[in-house]
Amino acid sequence: MLPLIGILIVVTGFSLRVNPLAVVTAAALATGLAAHRSPVDVISAFGKAFIDSRSVPVVWLALPVIGLLESAGLKERARMVISKIHAATTGRLLLAYLALRQLTSALGLTSLGGHPQMVRPLIAPMAEAAAENRLGELSDHTRHRIRAHAAAADNIGLFFGEDIFIAIGSILLIRGFLEQNGFRVEPATLAIWAIPTAICAFVIHGARLALLDRSLRKEVARSQGRAE
Amino acid sequence: MITLEFVNVLMGLMMAGVAIVNLRDRTSRKRYNNAAFWGLYAVTFLAGSYLPNFVNGLLVIVMVLVMAIGKLGGAPPESSTRAVREASARRWGNRLFIPALTIPTVTLLGTLFLKRVSLNGTPLVDPKQVTLISLGLSTVIALIVGLVMLRPPLRAPMVEARRLMDAVSWAAVLPQMLAALGAMFALAGVGPIVAGIIERWIPLHTALSVVATYTVGMALFTMIMGNAFAAFPVMTAGIGLPLIVHQYGGNVAVMAAVGMLSGFCGTLMTPMAANFNIVPAALLELPNENAVIKVQIPTGLMLLAANTLIMYVFVFR
Repeated sequence: MLPLIGILIVVTGFSLRVNPLAVVTAAALATGLAAHRSPVDVISAFGKAFIDSRSVPVVWLALPVIGLLESAGLKERARMVISKIHAATTGRLLLAYLALRQLTSALGLTSLGGHPQMVRPLIAPMAEAAAENRLGELSDHTRHRIRAHAAAADNIGLFFGEDIFIAIGSILLIRGFLEQNGFRVEPATLAIWAIPTAICAFVIHGARLALLDRSLRKEVARSQGRAE
Repeated sequence: MITLEFVNVLMGLMMAGVAIVNLRDRTSRKRYNNAAFWGLYAVTFLAGSYLPNFVNGLLVIVMVLVMAIGKLGGAPPESSTRAVREASARRWGNRLFIPALTIPTVTLLGTLFLKRVSLNGTPLVDPKQVTLISLGLSTVIALIVGLVMLRPPLRAPMVEARRLMDAVSWAAVLPQMLAALGAMFALAGVGPIVAGIIERWIPLHTALSVVATYTVGMALFTMIMGNAFAAFPVMTAGIGLPLIVHQYGGNVAVMAAVGMLSGFCGTLMTPMAANFNIVPAALLELPNENAVIKVQIPTGLMLLAANTLIMYVFVFR
């Protein structure tokens, strides 16, 4: 039971809102110590685990060019483009992005989205601008809610699209695991059984996005009423 | 052969640049702390492959101590005013999108074609790491396109990268730290212990309760581990295979496919999946770091219920 101390540290740390990076580091070291290893061994194992995971943050490499473009007006341009499309609302725009993200992920094109490359410079400013065009000045609260929805659309489109592609990591992991346990399953069979969930994900989240416009309108009317 | 080390060097150079810009910024009150934090991070990328693991571990611990005790400074103000940016946006028009869209385009082309290129019989890039290397290459090419097009001062990309990195701050390192935590969990055998607890405490008398335990267990365990890939082998070996497949005669493919997707529902609802949930909150400058999770919870719960139903209906056919 002692190795579970790491989970305990994470759960208490996160709920007490201690800095997550400090909490996770403490949990990793405590888990190592609880497995009856010497401090030197634990620090070495921790160092190795961190170094082995260096490919996790590669998306940050996009920041120099994204930052450069932002200072040249990329976000402002994204807003101008959306303000020319009169049918655009926040809900419809994010619904279209959800569909596009899910379809391209299903074709294995997962690198076409992402938070630093697509959501921050393009999708989030467009979603904000669409709401501004319809509803006028937005409060910070509304602005933040729209941005969070832009990030969520990217995640949900990715998660419930990629498993339809037969060569994606999760499908390969499932296949490898089942083979070790004596079951041979074709990747295509696994991919087909990801389709019902993909449809449900689009219907459920799409319906929420369709309702988002109305909810934003109410929220803005309320805050404008309060301001007057 | 181009290996993952190429990406590590790029990351190291960028982090070193962020550290230097911080160090030279006299207006920042925390400039030494930020420079130490990003500088140490740069060392793990540039020298991490050659240093002993123990030294790497110490470097990371010092990094976290600088952040926890010394605290980091936030992002500097934007380098240009909104009016200037709007004028620039009008001048450049939609050409501004070209460098941004270069990243996904080149990544995609690289993933498709670089695998086949070889020089004197050895492949040009490590075939196992084609996607990551393509992504690294694409950011370099996009930056060159941007520099040629906009002709900014040469230090501009690093100054802007520093502005964005300091906006994201420690959250930029969190996904990697969570991956390291996952490795430590695996080392200490945390997975099997948790699966044992679930098996002991949950009633597993009917087919529906077995299916629901598996799907909800996948989601919960993914929320703890931050990653469905870590939860899948443990939950499937503990509940999926012995109960759903062997005892109740369920279909392996349906169980595994929908089981993994139930885990993804958990990913939507946990701060432990920092890459998807905490990082975008920092990147979009949201004051509440759980804002993205809050938006995703209703979809996550409804979809988990849908998954349970899908599995129950199709797995025993």
